Amino acid sequence: MRLLNKQTNILDFTLSSLLRRKGKNLSLIVVYSFVVFLVTSVVFFTHSLKREAMLTLQGSPEIIVQRVVAGRHELIPIGYMDAVQQIRGVQSVKPRLWGYYYDPTTGANYTVVVSDDLETSPGAVALGRGVARTMGSYEGTVPFQAHDGSFVYLTIKGILGSESELVSSDLILMNEADFRRLFNYPTGQATDLVLSVRNPKEFTTIAAKIVKDLPDTRPILKDEILRTYDAVFDWRGGLVVVVLSGAILAFVILAWDKATGLSAEERREIGILKATGWATSDVLLMKFWEGAVVSISSFCLGVLGAYAHIFFGSFILFAPALKGWSVLYPEFALTPFLSPFHVASIFFLTVVPYTVATIVPSWRAATIDPDAVMRA
Amino acid sequence: MLGRNSHRFLLLLAINVFLLAMMFVHASVRQREDAAVLERMRQLVRHHGLTDLCLFTDARYTRNPSMADFNTPFQDYPLSLEHFPSGSLLGIPPHLRSRGRTVANGGLRSQP
Repeated sequence: MRLLNKQTNILDFTLSSLLRRKGKNLSLIVVYSFVVFLVTSVVFFTHSLKREAMLTLQGSPEIIVQRVVAGRHELIPIGYMDAVQQIRGVQSVKPRLWGYYYDPTTGANYTVVVSDDLETSPGAVALGRGVARTMGSYEGTVPFQAHDGSFVYLTIKGILGSESELVSSDLILMNEADFRRLFNYPTGQATDLVLSVRNPKEFTTIAAKIVKDLPDTRPILKDEILRTYDAVFDWRGGLVVVVLSGAILAFVILAWDKATGLSAEERREIGILKATGWATSDVLLMKFWEGAVVSISSFCLGVLGAYAHIFFGSFILFAPALKGWSVLYPEFALTPFLSPFHVASIFFLTVVPYTVATIVPSWRAATIDPDAVMRA
Repeated sequence: MLGRNSHRFLLLLAINVFLLAMMFVHASVRQREDAAVLERMRQLVRHHGLTDLCLFTDARYTRNPSMADFNTPFQDYPLSLEHFPSGSLLGIPPHLRSRGRTVANGGLRSQP
């Protein structure tokens, strides 16, 4: 009880001391919280996106076979399917027809995919929610400029659900005949081949056999597709490193400023406390509370703000960076996948260094003669 | 009870800790609620043979990074500089990072 009283008394004194320098400390908390907010926002966003990619892309094809000509992805002859089908372990092989369509009126790029669902509906398309939003068409017909400059009018048969925008926002589904007519796509050729393989242990063996039998092809395994999103939002690259390096530098400057010295007012305060009978340990305890109050408050504000920003505020601060030059951008809400390990790491990387940085210079000031400290 | 600054601060701290705990509870509830949505998205991906998330639509190699090759970022010729902003945000897909892939059974050849 005595210990608790001592702690609350010191905390009272610390808070009064902080409130005496209200403006300085409040601005410190605002900046500190913003640094934590930025780092945490990036961590929450990338982790949730990676988990969502991992879960949804589990449905992607087991193996995709592309043809490579002069180092570039080329159309693959349908005849290659026979050679692939002969490989033991391959359950089925299907040609995949897909490509990109640039809409000159809106300046947007769409992904056109041939769908078996529309095989019996010539002249019909199903649009992703983002395409419909960009075109401003949810029903009726939409014009597409064909390879020869003429216009092909296709009827909107349906709009894909808004909940799947993360994978389908820019999709245009159409049947094979319309696709070939629109792009003058040569018959007997496909964009790539999709393989179905039951045993995941055979993926690499089958991929090696494909390359051996068809040397101008490049197999892409499902595992590589899944790992793509782990890598593209890796902390060492791209978006993450840009934000993290800025935030970490800001934090280092903040902590460095604290660690390198005390203000004259703070030194005088320590001197007075020592002169009035405070032990060095009490001064250090007060400084510990000072660092802890600032850093824990900033940590809580930053983390809670980041959660609200990413999962309630549609990561509005990141939107301009993510949109880039895209005319069409999906509107999606991320499912919050939180890792306690990440939150704990952010806590130890922000609260502990700052608190230690607050104590160290005070320890130096508290161990010398009070008179000398006050005169300095 | 709340006359002292320390008590007010400790109350604020308790509220913050409670909100942090609620954050995990909320995340867990949302994960359960969204499980069906994620399953429908997985079905859509499976049905249409999709391979990538629709995050960036400005360049084809950022729309479908898993389908990209080393030439696509350079678009037309090897010294063409990367100019799409999304290209700087994304890292390199792992299967492009290791050009000479070593896969089981003798491995695949080095691929572009």
